[in-house]
Amino acid sequence: MTKFLQRWTVFAGLVVVWQVLGWLADDPFFPPPSKIVVAAWEWWVLEPANFTGHVVPSVVRLLSGWVIASVIGVSLGLLLGRSDRAMEYANPLLVFLRSIPPPALVPVFLLLFKAGTSMQLATIVFGVVWPVLLNSVDGARSVDVTKVDTSAVFRIPRWQWVLGVVLPAASPKIFAGLRVSLSLSLVLMVISELVGTDNGIGSQLMQAQREFDYTRMWAGIVLLGVLGYGLNTALLAVERRVLAWQPRSRDEQHA
Amino acid sequence: MSNMLEVADLGHTYGDHEAIGGLSFTVRAGELVCVVGPSGCGKSTLLRTISGLVAPSRGDVSLHGSHLAVVFQDYSRSLFPWLSVQGNVEFPLRSLPRAERRARAAEALEWVGLGGAARKRPWQLSGGMQQRVAIARALAYRPSLLLMDEPFASVDAQTRFELEDLLLRVRREHDTTVLVVTHDIDESVYLGDRILVLSGSPARLVADLEVPLPAERDQVTTRTDEAFVELRSKVARLLNVGKPALDVEKWAAAERESLSETVSS
Repeated sequence: MTKFLQRWTVFAGLVVVWQVLGWLADDPFFPPPSKIVVAAWEWWVLEPANFTGHVVPSVVRLLSGWVIASVIGVSLGLLLGRSDRAMEYANPLLVFLRSIPPPALVPVFLLLFKAGTSMQLATIVFGVVWPVLLNSVDGARSVDVTKVDTSAVFRIPRWQWVLGVVLPAASPKIFAGLRVSLSLSLVLMVISELVGTDNGIGSQLMQAQREFDYTRMWAGIVLLGVLGYGLNTALLAVERRVLAWQPRSRDEQHA
Repeated sequence: MSNMLEVADLGHTYGDHEAIGGLSFTVRAGELVCVVGPSGCGKSTLLRTISGLVAPSRGDVSLHGSHLAVVFQDYSRSLFPWLSVQGNVEFPLRSLPRAERRARAAEALEWVGLGGAARKRPWQLSGGMQQRVAIARALAYRPSLLLMDEPFASVDAQTRFELEDLLLRVRREHDTTVLVVTHDIDESVYLGDRILVLSGSPARLVADLEVPLPAERDQVTTRTDEAFVELRSKVARLLNVGKPALDVEKWAAAERESLSETVSS
């Protein structure tokens, strides 16, 4: 409980400071948090049309883009990580593609897929696949020689080698990649909704800005923050379960 | 007795470094053979060629049986931390039906005295217990030949004695054919039915010695047995052929060093 308090003190303190400054300044561009929270509650939660029409599609987009990217990233990453030759061929291409800022590709995806869900998914997938892919490559390479030898001596089938040795050995690094990708998904979800669509949190943000409704704009930003925090917490909980096999501390490990 | 393993004129070269130079020997079914040689003489390469991990540059290795198992020195890396002890022992048995897999693993864990640790993670066990898990995994696989690469070099002396006796017991009870690679002369005499003495790099066979000790051995009485002491001196002399007496100490120091290196790694 004290830990919980400690962790949130700074956060709460900043909100209080903002609240006071908001009151004092009374600036329409920077409303105090109390107003924002009320607006967020009324706009996003109490208005069912907004919730089903904007929040749900955004979250669905974000999650499906992230899942598609994760599946591609992990499977391709494990493959490349276990083959030095494939990695030699693919590496320059990966470095090049990874360097392209995903928002720069939005016009390309608009041409390819037209405005809509496919274009948005393409943007998210292209943007978030790299952390998962590169971490999976790294993880797959980290399988130590003794485990490789052990698996070879026992002549285990190929599926067991991939799913029973390489995947679990790589999983701590894969999860690190998944976490980075998940927060990137949120960013790219917003970016992909800024053009050519009228639903989603991103488009609502733009609209509120255009209509000079700054409280509503801030409400959207707060919603994105809450969403990102919630998703990250959920993924951490999953990670803790999946990686429960890891030795918890150094002294527990008999080397 | 039939031959379980035949090695004929086996040679291996890495680049222009000759690690093994023409080895020929056999291991009979049910036998425990120790390969002893100075550090870095190509013992590990020998083991890797026999186990099929490395294709030898020349010569033949023929195993009269379907499969072999290896117990590596580095038990903490050889075991899979994401599997339970039971899961580790079942690891090579995936092609078997679940119930049989379970039964075989439970049985092998009983053999090494770890029946109660099946649900633990390997890293929750001591080093000696982890190596017992690795031995149980190898035994559950029912190998025609069990290869061991410096299996007890990374545990303390007390545990080492326990594991040596454990190996002697399980291989007697289950009639396993075993080839142990070691740099420890005492260990090779204590464990072996036969000792293959290798010369330094490139590895060549210097002697093939029968161990004139009874099958039942004991850490205290066997090690003071006249035959034990005599054979041990003989192996020690063989390992230093053609070298001045001073080198014995140098070799022993190098040996200690390599041992402490492996322990600390």
